[in-house]
Amino acid sequence: MTGLFTKVPPEPTTDAEVRRITVSINGNQHTVDVEPRLLLAHLIRQGLDLTGTHTGCDTANCGACTVLFDGAPVKSCTMFAVQAEGHEITTVEGLATASELHPIQEGFKDEHGLQCGFCTPGMMLTAKALLDENPDPTEDEVRWALSGNFCRCTGYQNIVKSVLSAAARLRSQSAIDEEEGETS
Amino acid sequence: MTIDEIKIGGLGASRHRVEDNRFIRGKGNYIDDISLPGMLHMEILRSPLAHARIKSVDTSAAWAIPGVRLVLTGELMASRNLAWMPTLSYDTQAVLATDKVRFQGQEVACVVADDPYIAKDACEAIIVDYEPLAVIVNPTQAMADGAPVIRDDKENQHDNAIFDWEIGDKDGTDRAFADADAISELELHYPRSHPSPIETCGSVADFNRSTSKLTLYMTSQAPHIIRAAVAMVAELPEHMIRVVSPDLGGGFGNKVPIYPGYVVSVLASILLERPVKWIEDKTGNLISTGFGRDIYLRGQLALRKDGKILGVRMHTDSDHGAFFSDAQPSKFKIGLLHSAFACYDIPVAHLTARGVYTNKAPGGVAYRCSFRVTEAMFFQERMVQAAADDLGIDQAEIRRLNFVSDDDFPHRTPFGFLTDSGQYRKCLDIGLEAIGYEDFLKQKEEAKKNGRLLGIGISTMTEPLGAGNSREFDILGIKMFDSAELRVHMTGKAILRTGAKSQGQGHETTWAQIVAHELGIPAEDIVVEEGDTDTAPFGMGTYASRSTPVAGAAVSMVSRKIRAKARKIAAHLLEVSEEDIDWELGRFFVRSSPDTGVTIQECAVAAYSNVPDGMEPGLENNAYYDPPNLTWPFGCYITTVEVDPGTGVWDVLSVVAVDDCGVRINPMIVEGQIMGGLAEAYAMASMQFITFDVEGNCVGSNYMDYLLPTAWETPGFELHEVVTPCPHHPIGAKGVGECATVGGPAAFVNAVLDALKDTGVRNIDMPLLPDRVYEALTEHHDVSGAPPLRTGS
Repeated sequence: MTGLFTKVPPEPTTDAEVRRITVSINGNQHTVDVEPRLLLAHLIRQGLDLTGTHTGCDTANCGACTVLFDGAPVKSCTMFAVQAEGHEITTVEGLATASELHPIQEGFKDEHGLQCGFCTPGMMLTAKALLDENPDPTEDEVRWALSGNFCRCTGYQNIVKSVLSAAARLRSQSAIDEEEGETS
Repeated sequence: MTIDEIKIGGLGASRHRVEDNRFIRGKGNYIDDISLPGMLHMEILRSPLAHARIKSVDTSAAWAIPGVRLVLTGELMASRNLAWMPTLSYDTQAVLATDKVRFQGQEVACVVADDPYIAKDACEAIIVDYEPLAVIVNPTQAMADGAPVIRDDKENQHDNAIFDWEIGDKDGTDRAFADADAISELELHYPRSHPSPIETCGSVADFNRSTSKLTLYMTSQAPHIIRAAVAMVAELPEHMIRVVSPDLGGGFGNKVPIYPGYVVSVLASILLERPVKWIEDKTGNLISTGFGRDIYLRGQLALRKDGKILGVRMHTDSDHGAFFSDAQPSKFKIGLLHSAFACYDIPVAHLTARGVYTNKAPGGVAYRCSFRVTEAMFFQERMVQAAADDLGIDQAEIRRLNFVSDDDFPHRTPFGFLTDSGQYRKCLDIGLEAIGYEDFLKQKEEAKKNGRLLGIGISTMTEPLGAGNSREFDILGIKMFDSAELRVHMTGKAILRTGAKSQGQGHETTWAQIVAHELGIPAEDIVVEEGDTDTAPFGMGTYASRSTPVAGAAVSMVSRKIRAKARKIAAHLLEVSEEDIDWELGRFFVRSSPDTGVTIQECAVAAYSNVPDGMEPGLENNAYYDPPNLTWPFGCYITTVEVDPGTGVWDVLSVVAVDDCGVRINPMIVEGQIMGGLAEAYAMASMQFITFDVEGNCVGSNYMDYLLPTAWETPGFELHEVVTPCPHHPIGAKGVGECATVGGPAAFVNAVLDALKDTGVRNIDMPLLPDRVYEALTEHHDVSGAPPLRTGS
């Protein structure tokens, strides 16, 4: 904001009470005024223009809206934005850096783990939470961890392969990091 | 010197997908991601009742809510002659209800407001006074004497019949049945299912008064059909309508029809002169938009005692809901249901089909199949299985005995289609080998001694994919060809546009591979665009597995036109006559001096800088492709299951798929399509269905009631391939996107019934929920029909 001007709405459209909250999203602090009933998914999507988080079902079943809430996967379509006050949120936009994809993103691309792409951000974030906890999961552990996320295109097999391939990539990366740590 | 086609991402390369680069970063551009300055938001008020007369609609409280800009009712729509719209099956459908509501979830009113929360609040403030009417939820009720007439809005409609259609040779079929050693009969219900892409439908209508142009962003698998339809319904001139279909979060047929929400958003934008966004919620999607199936079969096979099928008799009753709005080729009232039994050599068949109105959401043809072939192949493979069991013949053997032989093509199917290629027995043999058929039969007998129930199910089918050819296929009279336009830029890079519309199939990747194959331009040098009617050539869109057979063929043909022009330019550059040069991938050369040549890229430079005298500059062209026939891929799906006799729960032990879809453009993507199809086949066989209680309440209106399998339930798949090129497609490809969804369900059902064979149970209708399997197991009778109705009134 330059401060040169502030847009004043032509007429107040609502007299609803608002709450001021501060949320950290992908490492950036956002202070916003929200209606208490605003869903977290809508704050992320419409309020902050991070449209990689999708909304699918409104009932916390499909997982398209999954984000990481202090590292744990949650369905942002059934949380209120005000509940995120003071918490750390990670969305799909927080996975890659400008120059480098996250190994999970590479895994999904290499193993053809997506088709229409709508479930993919939620799938990848759920996978990230799994691999942060369990760097070497079995196929069954991956399938169980992803069982809160629907995919209608792939039949899941390649998604499972994507996560396993990302796990292997992350393990070899951390092995290299450790080796470098020892030699330095 | 020779280019390695796989290295440049040509035909047969498992090239990584171009579109993934944005999707994995969360940078896709789906309908709800589109935001325009000044945009308003629309919500729909839906009917809670399945059949009721509307006595009054009071919108005053809605108008009073701050932030509400417009409240639209049927009355307002009627004043603009927009209360009803034509459907793709020559019927009419209410946009917003005026006289009656005819299904639960029908659109009654819309609110446009500053944000979607206000619009939802205002919808709840609208008071509608309904007078409930008797409700019809299945064909039997619909055709009963004295049944209330659902479509009393139509002149001359005095009952609930939509059509009575027949095809085949009745007399010949009667004779075959008279001469048969045995007759096997089966009654089946293919329950209503919903394609349910994770992304729902939606639109952003943006009418610009100063230019009179409407831009309609919307979730459409067929944007050009929409443009034509909007031109007809809204009476806007076609050149003033631009339809843009952005990234689609899945489609599966659900995003072919025209829904009231799209139409009302357009009118709202015209009235308010502001962009209006409508994003359907999941319940709205599940209870009001194009479903699939909902059809009852009475089928009979005339059999020789060795298992040879002598004739087929089928009668279907299909439930189309309150409006006949199937998006399907106009000539065939029951879609391509008469493609049944195409892979078998059967002399004669007869089909009668009746369609009826009920108080359920309209639709009936969509969901990952080419116009009801899913039902055709399911009925076929269940009937063949029952015939094998009735005669005591091995289920693989009866198929082998009846298959059309490899040297018997072209072959006329019993209902008159012409199949052209296939190696059916080879596919079956590969499948049986992969699943370990003989060993499994032994294992099954062993397990039986320990009280365990194992079963194996086979499903084999060839299906007609790639509508059309224009002789037989049209929608609203528009011929079902497709198109491609290719522009090769001066530096040899190119842009390709087609009339198809990807919803996850990966056209941006595979279309470039076809161009690479035809021209030798590396796939990464070709950008592919679809979905914008202002820029894409006219096409009929993507559904019915038609993209590769039709638009894909157009991509080949336009590339060949470009090559023909480049050849003239090459002759000019090489200073020889055209007859003296040859082509190898990416390069023309002098036949007598193969080292002397020019690349396609050099031809492109010359097209803009050094053309021969008299030639038009530039290197671009388009192609409209009208396929001579459908393509006929073959699928063989075999599954093994174990049924728990104590609970009726069944586990899938293995799934083998052998697909022959001709030449594969990108094997990785083809396998992805097949696995996705297998998962949906498992879904329908095991849990996924939409049903209704006696009052017409939709059971399955959200993801807590409508069960979709997750990664946990979905089995693993083993895939095999056979390649029999399509004889008429320019690169020998056939459709594939729907094969496993079409052929797969019968494999699962046949496997469970095989496990239950000793009980004498011949049928359990889908979905094979544990309680239905348990009932069959313990009470030794068939379990039929749509589940909640069985125990209803």
